[in-house]
Formats: sequence, structure tokens, C-alpha cells
Amino acid sequence: MEFISAQNVCFSYSEIEDGKKAVNAVDGVSLDIKKGEFVALLGHNGCGKSTMAKHFNAMLVPDSGKVYVDGDDTSDEDKTYDIRRKVGLVQQNPDNQLVASIVEEDVAFGPENLGVPPQEIRLRVDEALKAVDMYEYRKNAPFKLSGGQKQRIAIAGVLAMQTECIVLDEPTAMLDPNGRNEVMSTLIKLNKKKNMTVVLITHYMDEAVLADRVVVMDNGRILTQGKPEEVFSQVELLKKHRLDVPQATELAYKLRGCGVKIDRLPLTTEDCVSMLEEVLG
Amino acid sequence: MVRDVTLGQFYPGNSFIHRLDPRSKILLLIGYLVIIFCTFNYLSLSLVTIFTLFYILISGVSPKIYLKSLKVIIVIVLITSVLNLFYGTGEPIWQWGIISITMNGINRAVFVTIRIVCLILASSCLTFTTSPTDLTDAIESLLKPIAKIHFPVHEVAMMMTLALRFVPTLLEETDKIMQAQKARGADMDSGNIVTRVKAFIPILIPLFVSAFRRAYDVATAMECRCYHGGAGRTRMKVLHMTKRDAAAFAVVALMISGVIVCNMMFPAVM
Amino acid sequence: MSKILELRDLSYVYGMKTPFEKKAVDKVTLSIEKGEFIGIIGHTGSGKSTLVQMLNGLIRPTGGQVLLDGTDIWEKPKEIRKIRFRVGMVFQYPEYQLFDETVYKDISFGPKNMGKSGDELDFAVRKAAEFAGLKDELLNKSPFDLSGGEKRRAAIAGVIAMDPEVLILDEPTAGLDPMGRELLLSQIMQYHRERKNTVLLVSHSMEDIARVADRIIVMNNSKLEMFETTKKVFSHGRELEKIGLRVPQITRIMSILKDKGYDVDDGSLNVGDALMQITALLKKEGKIW
Repeated sequence: MEFISAQNVCFSYSEIEDGKKAVNAVDGVSLDIKKGEFVALLGHNGCGKSTMAKHFNAMLVPDSGKVYVDGDDTSDEDKTYDIRRKVGLVQQNPDNQLVASIVEEDVAFGPENLGVPPQEIRLRVDEALKAVDMYEYRKNAPFKLSGGQKQRIAIAGVLAMQTECIVLDEPTAMLDPNGRNEVMSTLIKLNKKKNMTVVLITHYMDEAVLADRVVVMDNGRILTQGKPEEVFSQVELLKKHRLDVPQATELAYKLRGCGVKIDRLPLTTEDCVSMLEEVLG
Repeated sequence: MVRDVTLGQFYPGNSFIHRLDPRSKILLLIGYLVIIFCTFNYLSLSLVTIFTLFYILISGVSPKIYLKSLKVIIVIVLITSVLNLFYGTGEPIWQWGIISITMNGINRAVFVTIRIVCLILASSCLTFTTSPTDLTDAIESLLKPIAKIHFPVHEVAMMMTLALRFVPTLLEETDKIMQAQKARGADMDSGNIVTRVKAFIPILIPLFVSAFRRAYDVATAMECRCYHGGAGRTRMKVLHMTKRDAAAFAVVALMISGVIVCNMMFPAVM
Repeated sequence: MSKILELRDLSYVYGMKTPFEKKAVDKVTLSIEKGEFIGIIGHTGSGKSTLVQMLNGLIRPTGGQVLLDGTDIWEKPKEIRKIRFRVGMVFQYPEYQLFDETVYKDISFGPKNMGKSGDELDFAVRKAAEFAGLKDELLNKSPFDLSGGEKRRAAIAGVIAMDPEVLILDEPTAGLDPMGRELLLSQIMQYHRERKNTVLLVSHSMEDIARVADRIIVMNNSKLEMFETTKKVFSHGRELEKIGLRVPQITRIMSILKDKGYDVDDGSLNVGDALMQITALLKKEGKIW
């Protein structure tokens, strides 16, 4: 069952620059996302992935083509808040996501906007904070927390709206390795345990590897998509578009080039070690 | 260093005053401020002074911190009281050239000093015992009636909330930008006033640019979380008046009647 | 070779004599040779940011000394600005410090503060822009009209333009995409090769550090944990993991192989290096030719 369905979406930011007609930021993208799926959108800055993200919760509406969320057309203005309740968006800068000066009040912001009764908000806030392991920080001031903690609170803020899908636009780009791990393991936990649909927009391939499906975008179009091992085995294509592949995959790919017989290119450290053991005997 | 500045001098605690509904605190403060200026003789003035000491003691915040809050305005207090001292009317009891001191002048100086000090102490008590968010909520709730005449109560409260949230962030950012420009040899500590003001341009411009970028981001984040103004919005924390608030109102009401009685029983000196 | 920077028992305590006293840097002693490329790693809060800010006098140490070319930088506190011209510092997200009307004017802010003018100034600005890979036509644009990566490079040019003897970069590639990261990193390497000055790079990306650094400073808990050649530091994979750091994936793969008894180097830094070792093994066994 498709939860989000984008059909031939085109979009351009209407400003006309230097007299030239603005090019499409997204140029004919069709993409279906199933309920409970973990999808990574991978690509360079300016490839259209962030623009695409904003289409998933009706922050942007396609110039042509359609986006349906749980059956609702995002261009239907009566459905806007319905859609935003179902699909939460978390953005890059951890400092600019949080609006209240106390953690729990920030998490309450979404349900408050939805007009949820106070006692129920309390329950949802506590549950959401526990889900991201930030419950003990509920009385803290956000500006004293680390970037990873702030992003987890932003995720909790989305959860408290009882969303069915979280879209994250480069949530780890401004974090240190610890913060990145915190956010990634939170997302995996939510996906696996709560069957949350996750759309992760990133340019880190080591994060994309963790997804069920990787969609690579370039120049406003989908370049290739599939399971991580399918996508990253296309080393040449990715290199041509100057995207990274995991070092494990690259090593195996180069060995294959030297005439070593390797059936399946590894993604992780462990896969690569066992592949090398097999080859070396 | 800029980052040491903390906004709002809230001292978390669990005292009787801490636990009052913030709306009660604001209303009581207003009543108290009115009554300070309605003290017309020394008896009512001392009643107010004693009451002031009383709430300072039960507020659970160290008197030292209250003294600190007075330090800032000590100069203003001194100037006003000295001016009042010399501008009294009536028979001079001491004279030197054109400068004269009258009984009325002394009275005025004493009253003005005590009134200002009480005013500062009472407002400090409010900010010391109430978190900024509680204050904002209380103001929003108290102003609700005037929303009917199309005053944007919710919007003003939302702006205050966001300001409280982002002041520390922007202070930290200012600090970072200053360090970065210093690393490029910016000199902010020498030269005349014009060069010093000019030296702040490389700090102010990036700060403005960043504030606008943040504003845009925050607006997007708020929209994503279904924000659409105050209509139909609920709050997680609902303000409750309890018996405690009733008691506080009763105490202040008693004090006010005491002041009125004192004013009526004894001749006014002011 | 001669020492350009020498740190002696360098320490910094935040909030001295308050209840919040906290050691940020604790008795760090080390010396850096002229022309070296040094990587600095350590998790957030390990003290590395405070450490580098002491190297150009933005923070005054609470103990110990920083010697630049043999002289204590705080010998004449009034002339500390001169030190900042000699030890250039590029902060994290430096694009947030851009302020002037044009890129050209912004880059010239530093050299102007040094007192440069006329042809000398023009030369410094153009040379810096070239090192940072900024095309000439960008120089007359407003810095706020540039793309993210260009802004970053313009900001870095603003520091390079002071022609410092030591250049410190704090996470210069943070937030850039792989292409932007690659471009910036190779620009920095080229700058280092041509100018032959000393560069210190603070980074969380072990892959970046592995590519560029001759030696690595590892900070942990405000102390100097290791200061060794890159190869040697990364061969201590387990110790690094204990203090919350990781090694590049390829290094990890090779060190596991070594533990399993294969004759490979546990300090392998890049895929090419690893490939050579594996193929050498395969050739020895006659599995490939």
C-alpha cells in the first residue's frame, strides 16, 4: 500500500535569474513510498532532494504532476493540515527547529496547534520524549543541549503529532559523529519498532546504506534506485556523478577489476572481511 | 564573555511564591504597586515595608540576590531622593545660599526612596520566582479579553516565546562571529567612538543575515508542525488557580486594607 | 626543519575560581615542525577547539606557553593582534562571518587590518582567491549571492589573504556534500604544497584526516592522548574506539584481516593502499597474475 505517491512531479522556484528562465529543481520525479518503509534520498546539494522533501508534507505543491499522501492530494488546501499531521518534516539546522525555551513545551507545540486536549498532550509528549530517549531532559533549555539531542527533540516534536511518516532533510549534516549515531539509531528504532515510515534525505552514503531502499537523485531526476547493495554496486555510475561509495564496496570493485572473481559487492566492514577471507583462502 | 549572560533571572525553587499561579503573581504585583504609591504617612509606609520584607523572606531566593538587583538602580534612587530633598516646600530647617532643606523635602526623599526600592524588589520577586515561559503564558491569558477588540494577543505572546528561545542562541552566535572577526585582525578595543562603532559593522551584518535566515527556518519548522495562529490552539499546561492563590489574594487584600486604614487614622505627611 | 609552534604545559580552565570551574585543556606539551600538515581529532568537548583558539591568542591560556617561532605569543599582550595575522584561524561554518558588499572587499578585510594597501593588498586578495578556487568574476559579487560552497571558500580566502605562517582550519568541510568536500580538501592540499606553510586541520572525518595529515594530534578528556604519524595513530584502532573515535572503514577492514593472521598492514589509510596489499598477497599465492 503506497503511503506517499509522487507522480511525475515538476517544480521550479519561480524567480528568474539573470534573465534566464529558471530551471526545474525537480524535473519529472515519480516515486512511491510504502507504509513502514525506510527510504534514503541520496544526492548532491542542488540535486532536488530537499525540494522533493517539501512536497511530501505540502510545504510545496508541484507545478505539474501530483503528490498523494495517504490518498489525499497535497494541492487540496483543505487537506494541508491533515497531511502535515501525518507527515512530519525535520530540517537540517538543529538550532532552528525548536520554538520553545523548555524541551517538553517544544514537543507539545505540534499537538497544541492541532487542538489536542491538555491531558492527552501531556501523555503524547511524555511518550514521544521516551521514544527518543530524551525524557530526563524534558525540563531543560534546548540551547544547552548538543546538536544530536536537539535533533532528537525535533523528532519527538513530530512524533507527538502522531505522524505516520517522518521526512528528514539532512538531519545530521551539522552534527558530530556521536550526534549522527544518536539520530540514526533513533530513526532505525522508530522504523523497526513502531513501523514508522522514514524518508531520510542525506549526502552521507554510510547513512543511506542503512535504509531499505536508496533513491539517488541528480539534476532534479532520479538517477537510480533499489536496495542499498543494488545501488552501491553501480560503482561506475556513482563515481561518474561524483558520489561516494563505501570504501568496502570500492575495494571489492577494484579487486574485481584486477580479475578477482567476486559475485556480490560488500557494503559493510564485516561483509568485506568475509569476502576477503574467501578470496584469500 | 557574552555567552555568560543568561536571560531572565529565574531562580527555580519550590517556595509558596514559586508555586503561585503566574497570573496571580502579576495581578498581585499590580495591586501592590498601586498601594505603594498610596502610602501617605509613615505608618502605612512601614506596613508596606514590613510586607516587602515578609515576601522576600518566604520567596526562597537569597536576600543577597535581591540586593544585587538593587545595585543596578542605586544611582537612580540616590539622584531622585537628593533632588526631592532639595525641592521640598514650606519652612526651611537648614539653608545654605539658595540650597534649602525643608521637612517636606525630607519626607518626600524618604517616601520616594522606599517606594522605588519596594517597586524594584517586588518586580524582582516576580521574575526571580516565575520562569519566562510561565510569565508569557500568564500575560497571554490575562490579556485574552482584549483580543475581542482585535488586539493580537496570541501573536504578541508567540513573539515573546520565540524571543526567549532565541536570545541565548543569538548571543552565542554574536560571540562566535566576534571571535572569527578578531581572528581576521578586527580591533574592537581601541580608537575613537567613530572607529569603534565602525568596528562593529563586521559583526552586526553577519548577525542580521543569520537572524533572518533563522527566522525563515523557524517559520518553516512552525508551519511543518501545523502552526496556523492562535485559533483552535490548546495548551499542554493549563494555568490553575488554587487555594494557595486565594490565600495570597487574601493576604495582599489585608495589607491593602491595612494601608487604607492607616491612611485614614493618621494625618498624611505627603 | 625547525619548530614553528611549541606548546609547553598549555592549560586552560573555564570559570577559574567559580563553582563551575572546568578544565578544557590540561598540560599539553608538543611541538610542530615548519611545513607539517597536522590533523587534530577528538570527540566534541575533548578540548580541541579551546586548544586551537589558544594557538592564535583568541583565548589566553591559564597555564603554560605557546611559542611561535621560539617566542611566547603573550610576551607583549598589546601586540596579540600581530600573532593573529601570523596564525590564521578558519572557524567552523566560516561563511557566517562574511559581511562586506563584495567578495573582494570581504577578503581584503584581514590584510587591510594588517595595514596592507594598494598593489600589495590587491595581490594578496587575488592570490588568496586563486588558492581558494574562486573565479575572478565572483570577486565583484555580493558574498550573499554565492552558493554554499563558494561562500565557504570565500571565507577561507579571507584568512589565507593574511598570508599566515600557520593556518588552522576547524572542520572546514562540515555540512558540504561529497563533491564540495572533495574540492575544498584538494584546494587545501594544493595550498599547503605550494605555500609550504604549516596547516592544522580539525576534523571529525577520519577519511579526510587520513588523506591529508602527516601527523595526528588526538585529544581526549582535555588531555593530549596521542601525537604520532597518521599511520601509527590509525593502527591503534582499538584505543581510538575506546575514546569514542573511529578509524576509516578501510583501515578497520585491514586491521581485522591482520588480527586473523593475514600479512597486511593495520595502518592502511586508503583504498589504493589496501588494494595493493591484497593483490600482492593474491599474486604470491598465484591466484592472479
